[in-house]
Amino acid sequence: MIESVSPIIKTEDLSLFYGDFQALKSVNSEIARNKITSIIGPSGCGKSTLLRVFNRINDTIDNVKVTGRVFFEGQDIYHITCDIDSLRRKVGMVFQRPNPFPLSVLENVAFGLRVHGIASGSELDGIVEESLKSVLLWEELKDKLKKSALNLSLEQKQRLCIARLVAVKPDVILLDEPCSTLDPMATMKIEELMVELKKKYTIIIVTHNMQQAARVSDDTGFMLLGELIEFGKTSAIFTSPEKKETEDYITGRFG
Amino acid sequence: MMNTKTSQKIAFSALLAVTLMVILPVLIIIIIIIREGISAINWQFIASMPSNGMRSGGIMPAILGTIYLVVLSVAIALPVGVLAAIYLNEYAKDNLLTRVIKLSIVNLAGVPSVVYGLFGLGLFVIFMKFGVSILSGALTLAIMELPVIITTSKEALNSVPQSFREVSLSLGVSRWKTVRHVVLPHALPGIMTGTILSIARIAGETAPILFTAAAFYVPRLPNSVFDQVMVLPYHLFIISTQIPNMPKNLSYGTALVLLMLVISMNLAAIVIRTYFRKRKKW
Repeated sequence: MIESVSPIIKTEDLSLFYGDFQALKSVNSEIARNKITSIIGPSGCGKSTLLRVFNRINDTIDNVKVTGRVFFEGQDIYHITCDIDSLRRKVGMVFQRPNPFPLSVLENVAFGLRVHGIASGSELDGIVEESLKSVLLWEELKDKLKKSALNLSLEQKQRLCIARLVAVKPDVILLDEPCSTLDPMATMKIEELMVELKKKYTIIIVTHNMQQAARVSDDTGFMLLGELIEFGKTSAIFTSPEKKETEDYITGRFG
Repeated sequence: MMNTKTSQKIAFSALLAVTLMVILPVLIIIIIIIREGISAINWQFIASMPSNGMRSGGIMPAILGTIYLVVLSVAIALPVGVLAAIYLNEYAKDNLLTRVIKLSIVNLAGVPSVVYGLFGLGLFVIFMKFGVSILSGALTLAIMELPVIITTSKEALNSVPQSFREVSLSLGVSRWKTVRHVVLPHALPGIMTGTILSIARIAGETAPILFTAAAFYVPRLPNSVFDQVMVLPYHLFIISTQIPNMPKNLSYGTALVLLMLVISMNLAAIVIRTYFRKRKKW
């Protein structure tokens, strides 16, 4: 089971509706600090929707209704007093398709710093370097900082997107199928990066790839048709799942 | 029976002929105006006041008047139009109010220009007591530009990928800052193109300024926005219809200047658009 240290994110009886369609059904979960938690399940099971609850990026869609409670560091993020912008600054997200801005490498990483007014001048350069180093891009790109980020390889772009997020120093990094557009070698490198990053950040990853979940994550949640069927230690889920649906999915009987 | 190939050929030739007939009038207009008017064009024509009851001298006050009106009207319409477009594209939910606003914009674009003129006369000249002046004319033209600026700006904002907004929001950037730092800079070329096209459209308009800004003849240049001005389209109308024994080449010369002004603005819009389209890679 999950350790007794307080979870960084917790959901209680969380349901979410897109109009009349119920995408999440009474999800109860606890995300452990400085761990990698993966959420797996077949397409359309609600795993991305769940991830998008944690930083309320679902709010950008019309007609979304959320019931139940979601806590980040003990604070209910769907409570009216929650400052969504500061929540999102602490709970950042990396998307499925690498999506750098059509700007230079430097400007991409510096984006959040500039807009938030966190840093400028040499301090900004320092954070940019530190961020690129933390995603292991610095050596490759230190002479190409002024070049357009759109000319990078897909893997470099995805790393850059992580660096752009790391630069604003979040606590939690949400990864929405970050490797689905990458080849196996690039995927392996991103996975190594995730293991490196969990020393400083809590990572939640939605993935279609069960092997990936088994390789990198500490905890795993299995979702099906909007329900969180099973949630626990990755080793337990993959070796001795408690529920029949989980077993059927991880043994490849459907998915 | 004709075989398919032959009938296709005939059909294509017919379509081509029709298309050529469309550009023919444009070509003829340009050729005639250039042929008849080019002899009038010289520095003195562009840079001096009219003289001898406008039968000789230059058209400088009309050129300047047109520029004043256009610049002031854009200065008014651009901020209003862009802000309205931002509201409609970034904030407005699809409800009755939004639909009414959108419908109004479409209708605003369809109002005949002489109606704008009368509206400007009633509201700005008489009710707000601005008189027949640059300000009244510019305000009237600004209202005319609004639908074009709003529509093209909204289109430009809409073409900025949703993922840019999501990235920015996911970094904790507020919605307004996202608009300002992410959406707006990437939409700027489209907004500029739309604005220039709307300028080109109103620079040649006569009816909206007829009752609100245009003067038959003013012996001096305007001192403030409350002065009347001479403007190119109206000046052209006057010298073509109201002045006896008008040298023909001066009318055509005036038309040529107006035409060049409008064409060069359209060209500028096209250049900006192609330049940014080449650089755009998403």
